[in-house]
Amino acid sequence: MRFFKNIITLLSVFSMIFLTGTTMAQAKAKAKPLKIGSILAVTGPASFLGDPELKTLKMYIAEINAKGGINGHKIEFVHYDTKGKAKEAKNFVNRLIKKDKVDIIIGGTTSGNSLAVIDLVQRAKVPFISLAGSIKIVEPVKKWVFKTPHTDKMAAEKIFTDMKKRGIKKVALITGNGGFDKSGRAQCLAMAPKYGIKIVADEQYDNADTDMTTQLTKIRATDAQAILNFGFGKAPAIVAKNIKQLGIKLPVYESHGVASKKFIELAGAAANGIRLPAAALIVADQLPANDPQKKVLLAYKKKFEAKYGPVSTFGGHAYDALFITVDAVKRAGSIDRAKIRDEIEKTHGFVGTGGIFNMSPTDHLGLNLSAFKMIEIQNGNWKLLY
Amino acid sequence: MKRLSGFVLFALACIATPFIFPDNYYVTVVGLTIFVNIILAVSLNLLMGYAGQISLGHAAFFGLGAYSSAILTIKYGVNPWAAMAAGALFVLVLSYVLARPILRLKGHYLAMATLGLGIIVHIFFVQADQLTGGPDGISGLPTLSLFGVPIDSDMKWYWVLCSYMLLSVLFSLNIADSRAGRALSAIHGSDIAAETMGINTSKVKSHIFVFSALMASVAGSLFAHQQNFVSPESFSFFFSIELVTMVVLGGLGSTFGAVIGAFLLSILPEVLIVFEDFEVLIFGAILIVIMIFLPEGLFVALRNKATMLLSRRLGES
Repeated sequence: MRFFKNIITLLSVFSMIFLTGTTMAQAKAKAKPLKIGSILAVTGPASFLGDPELKTLKMYIAEINAKGGINGHKIEFVHYDTKGKAKEAKNFVNRLIKKDKVDIIIGGTTSGNSLAVIDLVQRAKVPFISLAGSIKIVEPVKKWVFKTPHTDKMAAEKIFTDMKKRGIKKVALITGNGGFDKSGRAQCLAMAPKYGIKIVADEQYDNADTDMTTQLTKIRATDAQAILNFGFGKAPAIVAKNIKQLGIKLPVYESHGVASKKFIELAGAAANGIRLPAAALIVADQLPANDPQKKVLLAYKKKFEAKYGPVSTFGGHAYDALFITVDAVKRAGSIDRAKIRDEIEKTHGFVGTGGIFNMSPTDHLGLNLSAFKMIEIQNGNWKLLY
Repeated sequence: MKRLSGFVLFALACIATPFIFPDNYYVTVVGLTIFVNIILAVSLNLLMGYAGQISLGHAAFFGLGAYSSAILTIKYGVNPWAAMAAGALFVLVLSYVLARPILRLKGHYLAMATLGLGIIVHIFFVQADQLTGGPDGISGLPTLSLFGVPIDSDMKWYWVLCSYMLLSVLFSLNIADSRAGRALSAIHGSDIAAETMGINTSKVKSHIFVFSALMASVAGSLFAHQQNFVSPESFSFFFSIELVTMVVLGGLGSTFGAVIGAFLLSILPEVLIVFEDFEVLIFGAILIVIMIFLPEGLFVALRNKATMLLSRRLGES
């Protein structure tokens, strides 16, 4: 009897495997749809970036398909969750290219994920629009790789410009050990001398740490005039809280990696007074009426908030990537990978949530420093400074 | 010959698969991952299954091989094969030096020590950014070529990894049936008993530890060239645990058990992905069901059942 039980269990396991195989075979394409593949970190430590990205893509793709697609091509959307792991990103991009045979890939929520798959998309000649921050993704320029978010270099420059205005000359740097943090730290160290700023402390923490008082105590002992925390996820919120707890009164700067309501929620009152560079999206209603981005931003914000709740700039990056693709396909008049790539590169004057994109063969991002706004957190809300 | 009939059958199946399913994603892409995992599971099984010494840091040796190849070929322009050999040599020395103090420990303490080793190596990969590229890893490894033929397609990699995998399986099967293998299973049973039988236990243990680390290191180098990319995450503590799971799932102490375990754990996530959000749940449920009903491991349990049935049949007639 026992033996039969075991056999039945086994049979059910195997039949499950075969069943999935057949359902997959049935899900074959019908007419000639545009296949958009995406790999996003919807769960895991970067989930607050990946989650709004996926929601944005799904929402707008459904809308485009309801209107009859792009030039008659319906969009077929294939998505895999990388959980923020480079290894999974690599496997899934392989799968998107070799099994799903997609025409373009949007995603790679984190810099680590994006950098891991560049080599694959380059070899397979599939256009790839990254949603991650690191400047290494597009510099040096790679033929098939584009990105929509501002770079860490731009963030560092924007922060230092603001510091210079306030007369801050000595800065304590504190960063995490993730890809975004490390790349940001390198950019800060490289850019600081150009703005006449001296980095007097260079502390690091593990992104999984739950207390950063040790590093901050060391910073307190220096003659720094401001603290710059380049990081994302929950760690910067802990840094902000620890700074309050230690009674450090210095001005605090964060990177664009915390431009999400989640950060204010986590840091609570400790977030007040913190300055950061971010895309205009989170302060859309504070923009002057003649701002060219205002209309796009408010439309996106309204649509997203009606369905899911507060917007973050990260979902905006996905919006930009999707509509740069849509425009490119419209102009190309075909869904040929090479033609789509050429048209993406010719993107000019595209008004997105991140800024106004002007791409070229030497610039696969197409944003300049004006795309960043300086923001201060006041009373638990974003306040546009300039 | 009868002893190796299982191996011959397995080898024929591996060779025939790409001809039966040419250009199939599950064969040429997932197959490569499966092969690498089989090599690692088989090498871990030498240590865990045969000698009964638990290791929670096997991914470290795999990673050291991969990083040696990546760093030496990219930063110093060393020939890929020489880099692979250098990585293996480094791992050989390291594992030999570590083997004696580590393997003197038993049970939980051995688990802790190997776990520590795995974590230290992982931290090194993340933090030594000058050398290892930090969490972003290193990409752009040169193409490996064999006898002047560049290994640049999935199919070519299939044959390379397939041959190395078959070699490891053959090696592992042969060890089991040798004097060394019997010494190992004696140690597995009882250290003291083995010593009274005249087995130099610390020597045998450290030899198998070094062998197993070497196999993992070479697999790491091949993996790095095949992926064209290394990052610390592929060699984290969790991957070590995954390897242990493969060995235990298939059946501790059996080479083909390790093969089946590695195969299942690599193919299941790929197949279950259609369930999207429930993928992890179903995956976990399958593992639990197998371990509850077949605690000796999938392969070992089925083999035992089959021989039992067979002998009963023969006995009746």
